[in-house]
Amino acid sequence: MSEVVADFVVIGAGPAGMAAACEARSHGLSVVLLDEQAAIGGQIYRGVETAPSDRLEVLGKDYAVGRDLTSAFCSSGARHVGGATVWNVSTDGTVDYVTNGSSGKAVGKYVLIASGAMERPFPIRGWTLPGVMGAGAAQILLKGAGALPSGPVVLAGCGPLLYLLAWQYLRAGASIRALVDTTDRSAHLHAARYVTGALLGWRDLAKGIKLLAALRRHRVPVYSGCTDLAVEGESRVEGLSFRHGGKLVQVPASLLLLHQGVVPNTQISWSTGSAHRWNAEQLCWQPVTDVWGRLGETSLYVAGDSRAIVGAQASAVQGRLAALAIAARLGAVTDLDRRAAPLQRDFRRHTSIRPFLDSLYRPRDENRIPQDGGVLVCRCEEVTAAQIRRYVELGCQGPNQTKAFGRCGMGPCQGRFCGLTVTELIAGTRGVPPDEVGYYRIRPPIKPVTLGELTR
Amino acid sequence: MTTEALFSIPHTAVVKTVTIIIDGKSLTVPDGISVAAALLAGGVRDFRSTVVGKAPRAPYCMMGVCFECLIEIDGVPARQSCLVPVRDGMRIRRQDGAADLVTANLGDVA
Ligand SMILES: Cc1cc2nc3c(=O)[nH]c(=O)nc-3n(C[C@H](O)[C@H](O)[C@H](O)COP(=O)(O)OP(=O)(O)OC[C@H]3O[C@@H](n4cnc5c(N)ncnc54)[C@H](O)[C@@H]3O)c2cc1C
Ligand code: FES
Repeated sequence: MSEVVADFVVIGAGPAGMAAACEARSHGLSVVLLDEQAAIGGQIYRGVETAPSDRLEVLGKDYAVGRDLTSAFCSSGARHVGGATVWNVSTDGTVDYVTNGSSGKAVGKYVLIASGAMERPFPIRGWTLPGVMGAGAAQILLKGAGALPSGPVVLAGCGPLLYLLAWQYLRAGASIRALVDTTDRSAHLHAARYVTGALLGWRDLAKGIKLLAALRRHRVPVYSGCTDLAVEGESRVEGLSFRHGGKLVQVPASLLLLHQGVVPNTQISWSTGSAHRWNAEQLCWQPVTDVWGRLGETSLYVAGDSRAIVGAQASAVQGRLAALAIAARLGAVTDLDRRAAPLQRDFRRHTSIRPFLDSLYRPRDENRIPQDGGVLVCRCEEVTAAQIRRYVELGCQGPNQTKAFGRCGMGPCQGRFCGLTVTELIAGTRGVPPDEVGYYRIRPPIKPVTLGELTR
Repeated sequence: MTTEALFSIPHTAVVKTVTIIIDGKSLTVPDGISVAAALLAGGVRDFRSTVVGKAPRAPYCMMGVCFECLIEIDGVPARQSCLVPVRDGMRIRRQDGAADLVTANLGDVA
């Protein structure tokens, strides 16, 4: 077992973690950064350092620009431990991880959790069939391996990442059989309230318009305002059926990519016993922190999309702000407020479009809280929506108790892929807000560790 | 088991290859990619079957959160194949059920 001690330990090599490490180094702090991926970059800049030029071209400028941050990080003097899966974080700053079959410990005066986001689950009938994946997952295959769909692909759902992937696929010459858009038309009206904020983020808006124009130019069939999605097939996906303009439509598919936004990956913050609250705009849990990202009175801070979805640029700024606050606590920065002010302005600018996006791409209730009782909610233990509703009738009050009723949330993913659905399903059935229902109690190890790894 | 692959990796994206063995068959794949990516591009559609209903499953998230890509790698069961890079000579076996090792690995999750 190896042990390192540092002023600042960072978990996650995405924009938040890399920017925080650079900021901390510029104030002379010693920094160790852990990430379970072998290379730095996080989700948005995955593989950016090694991507060949044609892949950079396909993925676009917003991807290639990640090299600025990765190279700043590489020359910052921070120590990077790749392939390091963090399975325990203690509130005193001790971080346990495994790498290459052996275990390690990093002890920080302060720790930043920058574990990013994950795609929101999309629980519909048949979503567990082989051939159904997240659109973000398919983008990981493109960024990490240069892999493209072999045949025509069907994309379904809503949100910027779905359209971005469609655009990247078109640039790479892949063929899209259909884009089945679930954006609620009435959402346009709701979102209109936030237009002033959105205009401040006009660059993002312009990007969105460009993506949709590209889809039209390539004559990709776009079905908008779709409902009643169901995946067809027995042992693998054969098609997608949905309702469009009052008609039932079926499209054949051997590869179906679903997406309805990203949500904070809160597994680490929950496991530390920290308080979380339900974010009603983003429909997800987020850790309760102070303005700098600190969790209660602990040595732990959170920044980036694992704190609430803010996007890559704002994540990086938030990482810097947390690092500044920590540097100030350690006495390395004396004029915190003066240094933080411009960063806080940047943060507001980068997040001004969020309320608009959250409102426009709010995933439909039916795609988060399955009405169809046969839909598998807990993929690991194969628990259906009907079963969970039945548990509530029998007196089950919250996600933790579903475990006792039917092992829901007790499989290897530890509730990562059913937790949000179970919270909302129980809240809806009981007729109370999600905050009252709560979440699973998450305990370390938050990633599988074997006895062999612990003793090496 | 292996059929027409859902994903393909253009030759231009491949600098160096390695050979892995999946259920006894050799597969030549680009170096540096994840086991899950290699298998998806190699025509493997079902990675495992579930503990309860014996239903076929394959990777869903590719980033370590869904645990659908669990597979035996070099004798170690239930590895997250989307997080493990391929290595020359790696031996991979698909898993049926496999409840025992998953719980053994995780300890107390309740
Ligand atoms: C699949 C996916 C694809 C995306 N693609 C794009 C895109 O193309 N463009 C865009 O604008 N936005 C994209 N996003 C949104 C994007 O994630 C963020 O806006 C941005 O990357 C957030 O930065 P971050 O630093 O907060 O986290 P991330 O970039 O997500 O980085 C978090 C890092 O933490 C690591 N980590 C998590 N848990 C552990 C653990 N237990 N142990 C060790 N390491 C751990 C992860 O491996 C990851 O590298 C994507 C999101 C997802 C989920
Ligand atoms: S594909 Fe989800 S954990 Fe590997």
